[in-house]
Amino acid sequence: MQALTNRAKPVERRPMTWLESIYLWNIIKGMAITFSHIFKKKPTINYPEQKRPFSPVFRGLHVLNRDEEGRERCTACGLCAVACPAEAITMEAAERLPGEENLYREEKYAAKYEINMLRCIFCGLCEEACPKDAIYLSETFAPSNYTRKGFIYGKDDLLIPDPKQAPADFAKAKGLAEA
Amino acid sequence: MILLSFDWMLAVEKLILIAVIILASLGIALYTTFAERKVAAILQDRRGPNRAGPFGLLQPLADGLKLFFKEDLIPNNSNKFLFILGPALAMTAALMTCAVVPFGDKAEVFGRTVTLQIADVNIGILYVFAVVSLGVYGIMIGGWASNNKFSLIAALRGASQAISYELAMGLSLIAVLMITGTLQLGEIVKQQMSGQWNIVYQPLGFLIFFICALAECNRTPFDLPEAENELNFGYHQEYSSMKMGFYLFAEYVNMIISSAVMATLFFGGYDLPFLDESTLPVNIAAIIGVATLLTKIVIFLFVFMWIRWTIPRFRYDQLMNLGWKKMIPLALANMLLTGAVILWLGK
Repeated sequence: MQALTNRAKPVERRPMTWLESIYLWNIIKGMAITFSHIFKKKPTINYPEQKRPFSPVFRGLHVLNRDEEGRERCTACGLCAVACPAEAITMEAAERLPGEENLYREEKYAAKYEINMLRCIFCGLCEEACPKDAIYLSETFAPSNYTRKGFIYGKDDLLIPDPKQAPADFAKAKGLAEA
Repeated sequence: MILLSFDWMLAVEKLILIAVIILASLGIALYTTFAERKVAAILQDRRGPNRAGPFGLLQPLADGLKLFFKEDLIPNNSNKFLFILGPALAMTAALMTCAVVPFGDKAEVFGRTVTLQIADVNIGILYVFAVVSLGVYGIMIGGWASNNKFSLIAALRGASQAISYELAMGLSLIAVLMITGTLQLGEIVKQQMSGQWNIVYQPLGFLIFFICALAECNRTPFDLPEAENELNFGYHQEYSSMKMGFYLFAEYVNMIISSAVMATLFFGGYDLPFLDESTLPVNIAAIIGVATLLTKIVIFLFVFMWIRWTIPRFRYDQLMNLGWKKMIPLALANMLLTGAVILWLGK
């Protein structure tokens, strides 16, 4: 029969010679290999101190955006919830009252906006569906939590800081300033 | 009063020396566990423990503290007295061996000349062997008292392994003793200081002794008594808390002691090569001596660990074949050869 590759080796079943049977030479060879590993580069990254940079297209935690004047962009149209394949997004709409024009950009806004981070698959379809550019995926991931409830992110977790009241935090959340 | 004629300062001096040596060997053993993990990590391209304290130096303390706070379980159907005796015996036997190892020559403290050796017994090396063989009782008793079949099998393995390898160890030692002509460890070191180290005359003897020392300390590749994958941690399976800690610790103390014995027998003990200690002030020579012995011990410990993280465990029949069919004939041949050469040279 023809061998599949030329790397096939017949199994050697001869008894060990006396020198082989005290294993010494093979042990020394093995020890030379392990010793050479002392000088090898360690691939480990000291995680909390050093972080591996994310790819520029990384899709992380969601952020609810504001416009330049600090007004919430979301109009609670529900397109993101419809687009979401994991059904992780729920929201409740409310009408903007007179005097709230500095808070909400349009007449309708999301009174409640929740994303279940345990359901979310971070596909980014909500970001693509949004006609108002109100939701996008940032470059952080959801931190661990003790309860399932802790993974349901509300508006206060998702909303980006106000660019007027807290410009430094806003820049940080946008990724404009160094963390 | 015959009682008062006894040199009481000698007793105080020896007590202090005993305390220092026991604390030092425990401290070194503590950090040997740390070094073990670091060496393992480095040989496997990892970083090893580096979270507790600078460079992870507080890791062994954290480990010890954790063991102390663990619940101390004694199995219901075990023999309680023997169950407690096991780890105690393992630890005692490990620590007792330090008594005859010469850690240095002499030091002068408050005008007294202190020998840096607890007892320079004239049968020093026999004493070491006697106590080391006692150590196997710790394993045997602990494994038997646990009332667990895995522990029992591990204990039996440990005992038969220790007996098999002690033979070859003793035979290789006889060749050394033929050269030195004394059993006194202090004297053996002094001979090596004035002449050559024994490794020059006994390379094969050292090799056999070293392999047997690995087996005596239950280190890889001879760690069959605690084979994790087939015996579930072996003889200390039922142990928890500090009793378990004592077993683990005794292994490291044993490593240190056997390193010290090997350094003493074959590598000139506290002798720093190419340096004439007699020209130096006594205390400086003593410090250099102690530091030299410690360095030799550390090198041996590294080799122990290096071997552990290189070689897999032997199968049991391989272990016995190596012990009885390879090591003992080699040791016998070495002994006969040494004897013949000594006769021929007419020393």
